[in-house]
Amino acid sequence: MREPPVVAKNLTKRFDQLVAVDSVDFVVQPGEAFGFLGPNGAGKSSAMRMIGAVSPITAGTLTVLGMNPETDGPAIRSRLGVVPQEDNLDTQLPVEENLLVYGRYFGLPHKIIRERIEELLEFAQLTERRKDIVDRLSGGMKRRLTIARSLINEPELIILDEPTTGLDPQARHALWDRLYRLKQQGATLLITTHYMDEAEQLCDRLVVMDKGKIVAEGSPRELIDRYSTKEVVELRFPVGVQETIVERLDGIADRTEILPDRVLLYTPDGDTTSAVVHERNLVPESIVVRRSTLEDVFLRLTGRSLID
Amino acid sequence: MATSLTLRVLEVNARTYRRIWRGSVITTFLNPILFLAAMGLGLGTLVDSGTGSESLETASYLKYLAPGLLAATAMQTGAGDSTYPVMAGIKWIRTYHAALSTPIDVTALTMGHLGWVAIRLTFVSLVYAVITMLFGAVALGWGLLSVAPAVLTGLAFAAPVTAYTATLERETGLSSLFRFGIVPLFLFSGTFFPIEQLPDLLEPIAYITPLWHGVELTRGIALQAGTTLAPWVHVAFLVAVVVFSAGLAVRNLRRRMVV
Repeated sequence: MREPPVVAKNLTKRFDQLVAVDSVDFVVQPGEAFGFLGPNGAGKSSAMRMIGAVSPITAGTLTVLGMNPETDGPAIRSRLGVVPQEDNLDTQLPVEENLLVYGRYFGLPHKIIRERIEELLEFAQLTERRKDIVDRLSGGMKRRLTIARSLINEPELIILDEPTTGLDPQARHALWDRLYRLKQQGATLLITTHYMDEAEQLCDRLVVMDKGKIVAEGSPRELIDRYSTKEVVELRFPVGVQETIVERLDGIADRTEILPDRVLLYTPDGDTTSAVVHERNLVPESIVVRRSTLEDVFLRLTGRSLID
Repeated sequence: MATSLTLRVLEVNARTYRRIWRGSVITTFLNPILFLAAMGLGLGTLVDSGTGSESLETASYLKYLAPGLLAATAMQTGAGDSTYPVMAGIKWIRTYHAALSTPIDVTALTMGHLGWVAIRLTFVSLVYAVITMLFGAVALGWGLLSVAPAVLTGLAFAAPVTAYTATLERETGLSSLFRFGIVPLFLFSGTFFPIEQLPDLLEPIAYITPLWHGVELTRGIALQAGTTLAPWVHVAFLVAVVVFSAGLAVRNLRRRMVV
């Protein structure tokens, strides 16, 4: 039985007055994809930077790969793969040289780096572009290269901070596929995201963060079962109408959320609830029945949407 | 371990430079030629036709100017390599962030940077020394020896400028550094004329600038002439500046990067 790669207890990060991470506890198990879901500013990146041994903890305890980030930073970092939120590739260098240079930072011998570069270029689908200066790559290619670069030292734990933010849907799906393969190969993944679909696709288990605190923890399925209903009916009314009909929705569903642009009805059975809407002579512009998602969980827990 | 980490950073700096060296060719090769031609030969002819070189105690103004310019060029290289490239690492390209998420730590990052600047300074100074020899401004052996104090002078700027850049949020601070720091030093630290020519009030200021000590040493070796203070005093001053500022650079960069 391998030890948990990350154990955090009362982990806290303060910047002057701001409490970025507020006494959180979590344990990441070997081989799992563990997610931090929350809006921008929830404290996800601060947590990642502490785990990555690049940011000192303010209080609490943190163990990464069995070591203390404060005293064993270089030893921890030599076994980590880090994909930062903002790409920090050397844009003046060609694709393959970015991998070479990074490998040298880890002190890997040239022969091993050469072999891994071939595999990683293949993995990132950049073999054809290997001689190109990074500046000329598209956003999706840069992101793939950053992920490939993080694998040069064959890390046991891979930290991905908002891996697909700013990418088009096609590039996102390609990346998810790559990450899924890494997990299949036994790596432990730590992923932050403010996309609920990403969290649902990739994470075995996740914590929902808001304002520096963990507000819920579990698998995506468990969280949805625990905090939401099976289905959701989304109603959109013509401009100005929504305010006038709110009270006529009373008792129609287990729970009702009034958002600025639509009304969400939480219910075990969407079709039945839709029928009741029509019986009450409510005429929305559109009516959609869908399954509950982590977005609904977040809304329930914090009263706010993930993406403002 | 610490040495090996520093060497890794140095190697990466060298690899990166292989890709971007073209941008620095003009400053490395052409600037010394232009300056020596314009000031040394052009202006020098005027100086030499009067009593100028007599009071300078050299055979010609060109011979007086060349070693001073070598030290001043080293200053500009050391300072220049520690402004925009360091800012790029911290903020624009963020390569320092990338390095620090590997086993590299802030000390290795800073020392690797300064080590690489030392290598660059050696190369730039050698090129410059060879060009001055071709101008006939300095004898071969002494010209090559004067590279050593020039490198030391360059480092005495690279280290404090790195420490300064590490504290900057915006790049305007970099152009101010050149406008109010490097350019006045270039003009008034004994490169073009002895600091005794300065108003008495300003003379002591020149004594505390690293460039003046560097110029004195470089000129003393190149011309086999005496230095104002004992040579070891000049060396000790420059070494002290390098050591103290390198420590400061590590501290400032840590405050900036490890938050």
